[in-house]
This record gives sequence, structure tokens and C-alpha cells, in this order.
Amino acid sequence: MLATRCLSRPPRLGLQVGRTVGAGGSVERMPIIEIERLCKSYQVYQKKEGLWASVRGLFRREYRQVEAVRGIDLTVEQGEFVAFLGPNGAGKTTTLKLLSGVIHPTSGTARVMGHVPWKRENAYRRRFALVMGQKNQLWWDLPAQESFRLHQQIYRIPTSSFHQTLDELCQLLDVKNLLNQPVRELSLGERMKMELIAALLHAPEVLFLDEPTIGLDVVAQHNIQHFLRTYQQTKQITILLTSHYMKDVLALCKRLVIIAQGQICYDGSLTGIIDRFSTDKVVTLLFGGDRLPSQWEPLGRVLEVVGPKVKLRVERQRVAQVLASLLADYSIEDVSVEDPPLEEVIADAFNQVSRTSVPGAPLDRIVPGTRV
Amino acid sequence: MHARVQQWWVVYRIALEERLVYRGDFALGTLMRFLPIVTQIFLWWAVFDAMRHESADASETIAGYSYANFIAYYLLTMLGRAFSSMPGLASGIAQQIRNGEIKKFLIQPVDLIGFLLLNRMAHKTAYYSVALGPFALVYFLCQSYFPPMPDAGTWGAFGLSLILAFVLGFFLEASIGLIAFWFLEVSSLLFVYMLLSFFLSGHMFPLDMLPYPWSTIVDFLPLKYLAYFPSAVFLGKVTGRELVISLWVEVIWVVALMVLCRVMWNRGLARYSGYGG
Repeated sequence: MLATRCLSRPPRLGLQVGRTVGAGGSVERMPIIEIERLCKSYQVYQKKEGLWASVRGLFRREYRQVEAVRGIDLTVEQGEFVAFLGPNGAGKTTTLKLLSGVIHPTSGTARVMGHVPWKRENAYRRRFALVMGQKNQLWWDLPAQESFRLHQQIYRIPTSSFHQTLDELCQLLDVKNLLNQPVRELSLGERMKMELIAALLHAPEVLFLDEPTIGLDVVAQHNIQHFLRTYQQTKQITILLTSHYMKDVLALCKRLVIIAQGQICYDGSLTGIIDRFSTDKVVTLLFGGDRLPSQWEPLGRVLEVVGPKVKLRVERQRVAQVLASLLADYSIEDVSVEDPPLEEVIADAFNQVSRTSVPGAPLDRIVPGTRV
Repeated sequence: MHARVQQWWVVYRIALEERLVYRGDFALGTLMRFLPIVTQIFLWWAVFDAMRHESADASETIAGYSYANFIAYYLLTMLGRAFSSMPGLASGIAQQIRNGEIKKFLIQPVDLIGFLLLNRMAHKTAYYSVALGPFALVYFLCQSYFPPMPDAGTWGAFGLSLILAFVLGFFLEASIGLIAFWFLEVSSLLFVYMLLSFFLSGHMFPLDMLPYPWSTIVDFLPLKYLAYFPSAVFLGKVTGRELVISLWVEVIWVVALMVLCRVMWNRGLARYSGYGG
């Protein structure tokens, strides 16, 4: 069902095996993003602690290679909504920067809609957009409307379709009345909506979203998610999203790509990742009588005890056995067996990856947090 | 072509609108431009006053400049600087490179240098429209210091030298800003440039006062076109064949700096690593 590639490093094939994609279903699909053996390494200046080291750094500098992206292979088809997950410094943003042509790779190839991104052809730049949650692309002191006008000119959008798209987007995001307010006076959520409008005015076929909901409150996050889902489903555009909020991922993406230490270590469905990386289940028990087991250790790890209600984490293979023995010995009113929350599963996945050294590249050469 | 002109026009118009948002800062900044010249006028007044006490000769000159000549020179230099100075251009580019804002120009189908040039033209338009009043008043009050009105040809050459000073100043500072692709921090470099420019552009004193070999060195640098040259044209110090040659040399400088800017931009991007998320 899924193609997992982290621990055993299988050949670069079969990434799409058995994946169901998008909302449309049966439409014939073609690859829109093709990445092969993409690598990017940076020279990073190494400075030891202290003043003396700083002085020495003036004359002789030690540089170190940091491999931010190490041989990524990925194919994304038209109309997919893919989540990129990974700890800080895993190479997510570097990959997005490579795909949007901001930086050149050290080696490897990538094609988006047939274009090589880092050639920065205008023909390509008119067909995609990048939205960064932490960066502002609008004119700070002017109403968003003015920035939109500018985008109309930059992207050469015909006036009639410009007005139509703008109306449509404003209605979907409910910001019609904010168009004439200087951007600096908008709230973070409102500004993010404007950023999205600016990015979508030229109807990009591929959209890169780098943490679009960062710093937003729950309501604003939900609004943005709802908008992205509706928009993607109606327009059938291809979206790559990075986010640290699992809610975004759950709400939007069917396909998950986990990057850690510059390599893809999981590529598949949401349900697949739980099977793959979560070895435990969460068992919740409601005891009937007053009698509770005196020793929990043989059963599993206790997560919480509230009165007669007990939450346990039990290894997957042992769930049936544990339940059977408990049901035989105690009176139990209610039982539920669930997967652990996605956040925990992902965290487990990250941990497993960093514990496992990848062949061909010793771990000590990679520093977490090298987000250049 | 039409689409491109329209694109330029919208960039220009929006930049102009942005400029007019902070009215107070804008007006104050415009007025403050007049302060340095007042101190310079007092300085030379004191120098000539001291000389007059010593020699009792009223028609005293320094390197061929009378007191009136000096005042006319400084007023004209101020006008030249109003065209050629680019406050915040180089540091702005460097900052955009450092904090990653420059990515916008890599992702959108828009050229950074063209965009900045239009932006700067809008800044200048806004500035002149406000500064026109005070400038006119000062020149009216100081008209007795100026030589008789120059002819139409000199006016034309003067206007051309001002426009070229603007373009030259822009590409010179933009190139300095683009050095940030290699060094990230350019503020001290910029300081050195400002200092050199202050002396070698003629902002501080008329360049023809300089003795050999300084006069020759200054002649071979583009900096003199930023302040000294327009004033010298207006005051009739450069005429005839010399004027035509000087203007051509200025054009060559402009083209060379444009090419330099473009090359630096392309080279810089190739090694750019997209800092800051």
C-alpha cells in the first residue's frame, strides 16, 4: 500500500503505488512535479564560542558542508494536495526554495510543469506561487487593493478576469470590506488572507505554501484551511504544504511526505503513517466495580487515571491479549481502542529516523536546525 | 510593449502613493535638506570676512571663486545632489538580501533593478513636487549671487547633466548594495563610499580648486558627475567641445554601471542561498 523508504532505503521506484488522489477521482493524471536525486549543500561558517574564537575567525575561517537536501526523489501529480512534514532543519523549506527557483541545487534535477525552476523563466513564474506564513509580500503602508493592482500588472492579468478572480476570492475569504485598509492595520489572520489572494490572482497551477497558518488563532486557522480545501477542490490545482500544525494536514492532505535529515523517509497516506510508525494503541477502560488492577506495568503504560477511567498505551500486538485478561478478571463497563494522536505519531516517526543512521552519510555531519 | 509600459506606470504610481502616506516625515525630510547649505554659506562668509579684514580688497577670490560664486556653486550642488543622492538605496538592497525579502523578485516575474529604479523615480517625483516651493524661494532670494542667465544650450546641457546624475547615482549605489550578495553587511563600505563621495563629488568644495594630481584623479572618477559637474555646466565653467566630451564620458559611465549592476545581480543570484526561511 505504501512506499516507505527510510530505514531500508529501497530503490527509487514505486512512490505512487496504490495511492488514491485528489477529489476528482478518476481524472487521468500526469506528473506535474518531478524531482530526481535533488541535493543541496551549504557552506556554513563555523565559529567556536567566545571572543578569542571570534578574533581568530577574522583571519582563518572554518567552513563545514551542511547537506540540507540529500537526494530527494518525488513525483507529484496534477491536482494533489501534499503535506511536507519534518522537524525544523529537515530540508522542507530548502526543497520549496529549490522548487520555486530561489536557489540552485548542488546536483540533481527537478521539473515543475516542464520547467526547470532555477532557470527562473517568466513563463514558469507566471504559473506558480509561493506563500510564506512568515513573510509579507504586500505593500505595508498601502491598502491590499493596490498590491493586487500591481500583481495584475506584474502577471499581466486581463482586467476582466482580474476583477472576476478578485471578487471570487474576496467572497470566499470574506474580506471585501478590508480591501481599502492599509495592510499594516490588518490583523495577522486578515493579512494572511490578503497574502493568499495576492498569490492566487494569477490563477497559479502549482502553489507552494510554507507554514501558511503559523501564528494564527484557531478560528483563523480554520478559515484558511476551509478556504484552501474549497479552492483546491474546485480548481484542482497542485499544492505542496509545509506546516507544523497537524490540524492543517489532517484537514487538507491525503498524501504525506516526511522529510528528515534531507531525505524522504515516508511517502504515502495518512492512515499509512500510523500503521508504519505507531507501534502502540491507546486503550481507554471504564471500570465497573471498585476493584482496579494493582499493577499496570505488565499491561501497558498508564497515560491517565481519572476515577474509574484509565487510559493505557499498549503495544499493538498485545492489545487483544491485554483486553482479554482484563475482561476476564475485572468488571469493565466501557472500552475503546484508538490510534494515538497524529502529533505523537509524527514525533515518533521523527525520533525513529534520527536514531537510525542512513547509509552513506554519517549522522554527525548533519546538524539539526541548519535552516539557512 | 504596451503591457510593459503599463506595468511600469502602475509600479511608479503605487510607489508614489506609498511615498505620500507619511506626510509629516516627508515634509520634514525635505526641509532638513536646506540645513547643511546654511552652515556652508556661513563658513565661507567667515573665510571671506577674515580675508577682507586682512587685505581690504573687496573683490577677493579663492581659486577663482568669489564669495558670490561660492554661494551659487553650493546652491547648484544642492540641486545636483537632489537628483543624484539615493538615500537608503544600497542599505535597502543589502537588507533585502540579508533578510530574504529579495525572494519576492525571484519568484514573481518582475525585475528587481527595474522595480527599484521606478520606485526611486517615484520618490524623486514626490520629493521635487514638495521641494519645488522652498527651492524656488531660496533661488529667488539668492539671485544676486548667480551669474547672468545662461543661454538655452547651457540650460539644456544642465538639464541633461541632472538627469544623467540621477541615473548614475542610482546604478552606482545599487551596485554597492548588491555587494551584499558576497559580504552580507555593507554598512561600513557604504560609509566609506559616502565619505569619498562627499569630497570627490564636489559636494564639499568645488573640484577645480584641487591641485594636481588630485584634479586628474577626480577627473577619472564618475563621482564628479554627482554634484560638481551640473553646477560647473550651469556656471559656464565647462563649455563647447569639453562639455560635449564630458557628457559623453558621463553616458559611458552610466552604461558601464548599468552593465556592472546587471552582472552583479546575475552572479549574486547564482550564489544566493535564500536566507531566512
